[in-house]
Amino acid sequence: MLTVLLILIPFIAGLIAFGLKGSGPKALAVISSLATVATAIGAWCRLGSAPDSLSFTANWIPQLGSQFRVGLDGMGMMLCLLTAIAFLLVFISIYNRNYESSNSFYGLMLLSQAGLTGVFTAYDALQFYIFWELALIPVYFLCSLWGGDKRIAVTFKFFVYTFLGSLLMLVGIIYLYTQNPDHSFSWESFTNLHLGADQQNWLFWLFFVAFAIKMPVFPFHTWQPDTYEQSPTPVTMILSGIMVKMGVFGVIRWLVPVLPEGAHMWTDVAIVLSIIGIIYASCIAMVQSDLKRLIAYSSIAHIGLMSAAIFSHTEQGMQGVLLQMFNHGINIIGLWIIVEIIQQRFHIKNMDELGGIAQKAPRMAIFLVIISLANIGLPLTNGFVGEFLMFSGLFQYNHWFMAVAGLGIILAAVYTLNMIQKVMFGNANALTETATDLQPSEMLALSLVVAIILVLGVYPKPILDLVSNTTAVVLKF
Amino acid sequence: MNALISTALSGVVLMFVGLFARKQTIKFFAIAAIIIAFIANLAQYPSVELGGYTMYGMIEVTKFSIIFNAVAIGSTLLYFLLSGSEFEKVGDHVADYFALVFFILAGISLAATFSNLLMLFLAIEIMSIPQYILAGSDKKNLKSNEAALKYFLMGCFSTGVLLMGITLIYGSAGTFEIASLGLGAENVSPLALCGTILVAFALAFKVSAVPFHFWTPDVYDGSPTVFTSFMATVVKAGGFIAFVRLFHVGFAGGEISSHWMLLLSIITALTLVLGNFTAVFQQSVKRMLAYSSIAQAGFMMFAVIAMNLAAAQGIVLYAAAYSIATIGIFAVLLRLKDYTFEGFNGLAKKEPLLAFAVTVFLFSLAGIPVTAGFFAKYFVLAAAIQQGHLLWLVILAVLCAAISVYYYFRVIMAMYFKQGDPQVEPVSGGFKAGLILTVILVLALGLFPNLLLGCL
Repeated sequence: MLTVLLILIPFIAGLIAFGLKGSGPKALAVISSLATVATAIGAWCRLGSAPDSLSFTANWIPQLGSQFRVGLDGMGMMLCLLTAIAFLLVFISIYNRNYESSNSFYGLMLLSQAGLTGVFTAYDALQFYIFWELALIPVYFLCSLWGGDKRIAVTFKFFVYTFLGSLLMLVGIIYLYTQNPDHSFSWESFTNLHLGADQQNWLFWLFFVAFAIKMPVFPFHTWQPDTYEQSPTPVTMILSGIMVKMGVFGVIRWLVPVLPEGAHMWTDVAIVLSIIGIIYASCIAMVQSDLKRLIAYSSIAHIGLMSAAIFSHTEQGMQGVLLQMFNHGINIIGLWIIVEIIQQRFHIKNMDELGGIAQKAPRMAIFLVIISLANIGLPLTNGFVGEFLMFSGLFQYNHWFMAVAGLGIILAAVYTLNMIQKVMFGNANALTETATDLQPSEMLALSLVVAIILVLGVYPKPILDLVSNTTAVVLKF
Repeated sequence: MNALISTALSGVVLMFVGLFARKQTIKFFAIAAIIIAFIANLAQYPSVELGGYTMYGMIEVTKFSIIFNAVAIGSTLLYFLLSGSEFEKVGDHVADYFALVFFILAGISLAATFSNLLMLFLAIEIMSIPQYILAGSDKKNLKSNEAALKYFLMGCFSTGVLLMGITLIYGSAGTFEIASLGLGAENVSPLALCGTILVAFALAFKVSAVPFHFWTPDVYDGSPTVFTSFMATVVKAGGFIAFVRLFHVGFAGGEISSHWMLLLSIITALTLVLGNFTAVFQQSVKRMLAYSSIAQAGFMMFAVIAMNLAAAQGIVLYAAAYSIATIGIFAVLLRLKDYTFEGFNGLAKKEPLLAFAVTVFLFSLAGIPVTAGFFAKYFVLAAAIQQGHLLWLVILAVLCAAISVYYYFRVIMAMYFKQGDPQVEPVSGGFKAGLILTVILVLALGLFPNLLLGCL
C-alpha cells in the first residue's frame, strides 16, 4: 500500500494545487513532497522485513490480462527515494521565486512526480508504458509554458523524439505479448519468455531506441542540450536528475532481463555508442560558454558511462550504475540549483560575462566547488564510489573500452574546473559586483545536497546494500 | 434490428415534425428520438444469444453489431447535444437535416448487420444518398454546391463499381449470402478475384482510403462544418464496419484472402503516409481534420486486414474513440470565427474549459495513454502484429503516428503557448456540460476500455 501512496500523494496534491491561489500551491508542494519522502523512507524500512507488503495488485483490463501492479525492489526503492528527495530539493530551492500562474506550475510538477514514481514501480509492461508516456505530458507543458525564448520548437522536438521512441517500444511490448502463452503483461511472464535469438536481435532495437532517446545515448541525444537550455531550471532539474534515469531504469528492469540474448548480441555496439557519447559530449562541453549547455553535455557524458557499465554485465559495473543513478541525480540537481541562483541574480548564463562571484558570495562558491568536485568523482565524494565501480566493471569486460571511457574523467575535470574558475573566480565585473550570497531556503537545499554528497562519499553502503538484490537478479539473465 | 427500425421511423416522424414544430424546438425532438433509439437498441442486447440470430438470410443481429450500433447512435447523441443548435444556422429545413441524419444511422445499422450482398448494397446507398444532400444543404454557398456535386458524381461511380463487383461475385459463387460465398477454396476463379477487388475499391472509396480519397478534402471542406463533423466520424465508422464484416465473413480464409490482403496492405500504407504528410501542410484546422480523417482511416484499415478477435475489438473501440474526439473538436471549431490555426491562438486564456477539452480530444486522436485513442491504436496495432507478416506496416504506422503529433499539437501550441484574441461565440452552460461529459467519456474509455470490450 505504501507504494501506491508514493504515486497517490503527489497525484492528489497536484490536482488540488490547480485549484489553489497565492502561495498555496507552493506550500502544498513542499508539504506533499515531505510526506512523499517520509513515505519513501517508511517503505525503505519495510523493504528488508516485509517486502511483500510493498506490492499491490488489482485487476485492470481482464480481456488483456493486464493488471495494475506496483511493487518495489532495491532499484525501484532507490529511484523512488531519489524522486521524492529531488522534488523536495527543487521545491525548497525555488521557494522564494514566484511563477506566473503558479497553481498550474506546481500542479504540473506534482503530476510529473506521480508519473515518474509510477514508471519506477510498475511491474506490468502495459502499465509501465502508460506511466512512461504520462510522465512526459506535464513536462511538455511545463517547458513550453515557462521556458526560454525558443521553448516551443525545442520542447516539441523533445516531445516528438521521445514519443516516437515510446511508440517503437509499444510495438515491442505488443509483440512480446502476442508471443506470451500466459496472455499477461507481467514482468515475470515476460522474463520467462525465452524468445529465439533472431527475434531478440531486432526486438532489442525497438526497446533500446526508446531507452536510448530518453537517457540520451549518442546519436539519439540531439534533443537534450536544447531542451535543458530552454526549460525553466526547476524542470531541467527534474529532466536531468530523474527523467533520464527512466532510460537507465528501463534497460535494467526490462531490456536486459526480457531480451538477454539480444542484449548480449549487441553489447559491443551499445558500449561503443555510449563511449562515443562520453568523448563527444565531453569535448563539446569544453568549448561551451553557456552554463546550462555545459551542464547538459556533462550529463550526456555521465549517462554514457552508466549505459556502458550496464552492458558490461558485471557485478561491479551494475552496482556502480545503480549507485551512480542516485548520486548523479543528487549532484546534478545541486549544480542546477546554483545555476538557477546565478540566472536569477544576473539574468545571464554566459560564463564569459560572469566571474568574481566568490568574493561577494563565498558560501555559494564553496557549495559550487564541492558539488562540482563530486560531479567529476573526486574521492570522498559520492561520485567517486560509483565511477570507480563502473570503471572496474568495464575494465573486466574489455580493457580498451575502459581506457577510452577513462579519458572522460580527465575531460570532465578540464571543463568543470574551467567552469568554476570562470564563474566564481577572477575579477568581478560591474554585474557581478552586485552579487548577494545565498538566501535561507537556497542554503537549506544546498546543505542537504552537500550532506548527501559527503555521507555517501564516505559510507555508500546503505545504497549499495539496497540495490544489491537488483544486481543479483539482473546478472542471472 | 431495433436500431434499424427505430432510426428509420424516427427519420420519417421528424420530417412531419418539421411541418408544425418551431425551428428551435426540433432539436429537442431529435434528441428525444435518438435517446429512444439508443435505449431500444440496447434493450435487445440481453435477449440476443452469443451467436446472434438471422432474419430471412438478410440480416444477422449479434451482440457485436448491437454494441457497434450503440457506439454509432451514442456518438450521434453527443453530436446532437454539442452541435445540434448549429443545424438552425445552415438553412431553413432543420427537420429535414435531422431526418437525413437518422436515415444515415439506419444505413449504418444495416451495415453492421447485413448477411447478404444485396443488403450491403442497400446499406451503402442509404448511408450515401442523405450525405449528398447534407453536403449541399448550404444552398447559396458555391463551395457547398461544388462539394455536393463532386461527392454525388464520384459516389455514384463508386456505387456502380460496387454493384459490378457484387455481380461478378454472384456469378462466381451463385449466392448473395456472405457466409456461404465459399470464395476461399483452393483455386480462386478470375471472376471472383475481380469481384473482390472491385468491391474492395468501392468500399475503400467510401472510407476515403488512398488512392480513392480525392473527394474527401474538398467535400469535407465545402460542406457546412456541422455536417462535416458527422460525415467524417460516424459515417466513416459505418463504412468501416461494412468493410470489416464483408471481408472477415465473406472473403476470409484460403487463397482469396492472400490476394486482397496484399492489396489492402498497400492501400493502408498509402493512406497512412499520404494522410499524415498532407495534414502537416494544412493551414485550416477544418482541412487538417479532413486529412487527419484519412490518416485515421489508415489505422482503421488495420482492422480489415488483420482477421482476429483483436481486430474486431479494435474497430469498435477505434470507431468510438475517433468519433467522440472528432465530434468534440468540431463542436468547438463551430464556435470559432476563424478556422485557421491562428484562430485558436490564446484560446486557453479566454476559454480554459474549451481549450482543455480540445487538448484531451487531440491527445486521443494522437493516441496518448489514458485517452480512448490509445487503446484504439493499441488494439488495431495488436491485431496487425498478431496476424504476422505485417510488422513492416506496423512500424510504418508508428512513424506516421509520430508525424500526426505535429499537426495535432499545432492546435495545442496555438491554444496554450501563443498569444491572441480568438473570436469565440458565447457558449451556453449546456454546451459546457456536454463537453465535460464527452471529456469524461474519452478518459473513461482510456482508463477502462473493458467498459466497452466487456460487452462484445
